[in-house]
Amino acid sequence: MSRHYRMGETLIRAVDGVSLTVPKGEFVALLGSSGSGKSSVLNLIAGLDRPTSGSMIVQDRDLAKLSRVELAKYRLHVVGMVFQSFNLIGSMTVAENVELPLRFAEVERESRLSKASEAVERVGLRARMDHRPSQLSGGEQQRAALARALINRPQLLLADEPTGNLDSRTGTEIMNLILDLNRQMGMTVVMVTHERALAERYAQRMIFLADGRVVDDQSNSPHSATSGGPA
Amino acid sequence: MKLPDLTELALRNLRESLLRNSLTTIGISVGVASLVAMLSLGIGLQQLASRRLVKSGLFDTVVVTSRRDLRGMGRDDDRPLVTPGESRVLDEPSRREIERLPNVLEANPDIRFITELNYEDKPHLTMIAALPSSARSNDAFEGMQGSFFSSDTADEVILQKSFAAELLGKTPIPGGVEPSVEELARPLLGKQLTMRYAQRAPAPTPSAGPADAGGAAAYSVVSREQQLKIVGVADLDPETMRGPMRAKVFLPLKLAESLHVMQPTDLREIASAASDQPVYSSLSVRVKDPAQVQVVEDAVKKMGFNTFSILDATKSLRQFFAVLDLFLGIFGSLALAVASIGIVNTLVMAILERRREIGIMKAIGASDEDVKSLFFAEAGAMGILGGIVGVALGWAIGQVINVGTNVYLKRQSLPPEHFWAVPWWLVGGAILFALIVSLISGLYPASRAARLDPVQALRYE
Repeated sequence: MSRHYRMGETLIRAVDGVSLTVPKGEFVALLGSSGSGKSSVLNLIAGLDRPTSGSMIVQDRDLAKLSRVELAKYRLHVVGMVFQSFNLIGSMTVAENVELPLRFAEVERESRLSKASEAVERVGLRARMDHRPSQLSGGEQQRAALARALINRPQLLLADEPTGNLDSRTGTEIMNLILDLNRQMGMTVVMVTHERALAERYAQRMIFLADGRVVDDQSNSPHSATSGGPA
Repeated sequence: MKLPDLTELALRNLRESLLRNSLTTIGISVGVASLVAMLSLGIGLQQLASRRLVKSGLFDTVVVTSRRDLRGMGRDDDRPLVTPGESRVLDEPSRREIERLPNVLEANPDIRFITELNYEDKPHLTMIAALPSSARSNDAFEGMQGSFFSSDTADEVILQKSFAAELLGKTPIPGGVEPSVEELARPLLGKQLTMRYAQRAPAPTPSAGPADAGGAAAYSVVSREQQLKIVGVADLDPETMRGPMRAKVFLPLKLAESLHVMQPTDLREIASAASDQPVYSSLSVRVKDPAQVQVVEDAVKKMGFNTFSILDATKSLRQFFAVLDLFLGIFGSLALAVASIGIVNTLVMAILERRREIGIMKAIGASDEDVKSLFFAEAGAMGILGGIVGVALGWAIGQVINVGTNVYLKRQSLPPEHFWAVPWWLVGGAILFALIVSLISGLYPASRAARLDPVQALRYE
């Protein structure tokens, strides 16, 4: 698939003929320098963007052919996303941020509260449920974002530089949580990172991108998997 | 998204930018207040005029005459005339039948006759009319000296100011100072008048003859006298009042009926009516509401009588107020139109500020429709809040103006009036109008928010 766009007179080839297959339950890392197209690929997988040409097939559905409404449903039910900058809504508490996708899914209030509380519990943030994002540390904010991503039990977790704004210890904690989800729930994880070491530690497969193209695709034996826990 | 969630999120978002949203809402409130103030003034004036007209008895009355009365009332002249043989007599059974019609309060005979009244042995010829007890509420009796009739059969009389002046020999000189009602009433109240009149009395049954063959009855005319006590002197203007008011002396209706005074129509009706049954030249039918006059008129016409009312005049009055309300409404809406631009501005600013938030919502599964609904709900919430505050503000402005006007009227020695009316439909309508205007204002910002590209929005810092 390709994703080209114009910036003035220049044609930007953000994704230029990338062809990938990610099996269910795999932990994949997309690596590359800034502008290599890794985030653009992630946005295409997330259904936030559409390819200019080619297909993006998830669970036998071509995302390029889905309507805007169907894409929104796909993002709501199939995909969970975490971002480098956490992307929590500042005017809402942790609990409200976490349950927000359930509001879009029109889930009843009681059910929403119990599911949100379960998700927050899972990421170890129960004591901070009623705090606003500004009252939390970076690690706590990312945990909250992770709880929000999990609330609809997605099959696909997309993480865009999830440890980019965290110190190494907090980053490790977050990565362990993601790894747990991958292993225990069989969730497919696609993580964008520019840290090769992080990818080697957690991902089963490393895909290297440069100028919108796949330049290398390696299998990896994550250290965390062999050691039974993060380094 | 479900409506309660939408409302909750919208209110939360409005609270986040409290100052800006409050200012926008105040803008809507001022717009609604001006609309409510303008319309309630129009409605208040309309109600004031209607109250006055209803009290005058002009607009809730249908005058019923027999179709035998070929003089007609002018209004029905274009109708084919009914031959006397096919028409009905306006007698007591007809009166009862009319009274039983829906929306009819009462049907009273118009008894009026010219006769002689003696006061201090001086005869005065005048027109006398009978008044039902319901005439007590007629605004013609506002400011009357003395009191209304103590009962419907009392031997009492109310005089019109000019007749009172005539009795006292104080006929006003053109250009001179008119004596006041108080001045005229003081020497007259409680005094007796003697009324000389021609009574229609049943005649003894004549022996069988050609007259009986036609079913006709005879009566004799007897000269009678009746003592009457002056209980009131009213400042009526005969020119503005309807028929009975053009008389200068008024009797209680039941008393007038019991006197069996000879009526001008009696001679005509003698041909077919039984002599012991009263036959009326016309009936004044009082209707519950001026709006029902047409219905009652139609029903009475079906019964075979002619009718007359001043409904056409009320129609043009209603038209005038409808146009007045329309213009007042348009002027009032101008402020709301300006406020609606404020809503557009506030929401467009909100989109710029919350661009990233919109991106986040879309990334975690919000549809375009969810985002659009959220901005729509925010516009609607501002509209409803602005509408409620605006109605309260408009009502308060009305109260202040009402109080101020009445203080002014009091200083001018005029009775207080209620110029301001905020009916429930106006309260509901104004809030609904504010909501609709706000939603229309929210259309562009909401669709703009919904169209935002999530990838671009997430990049926005």
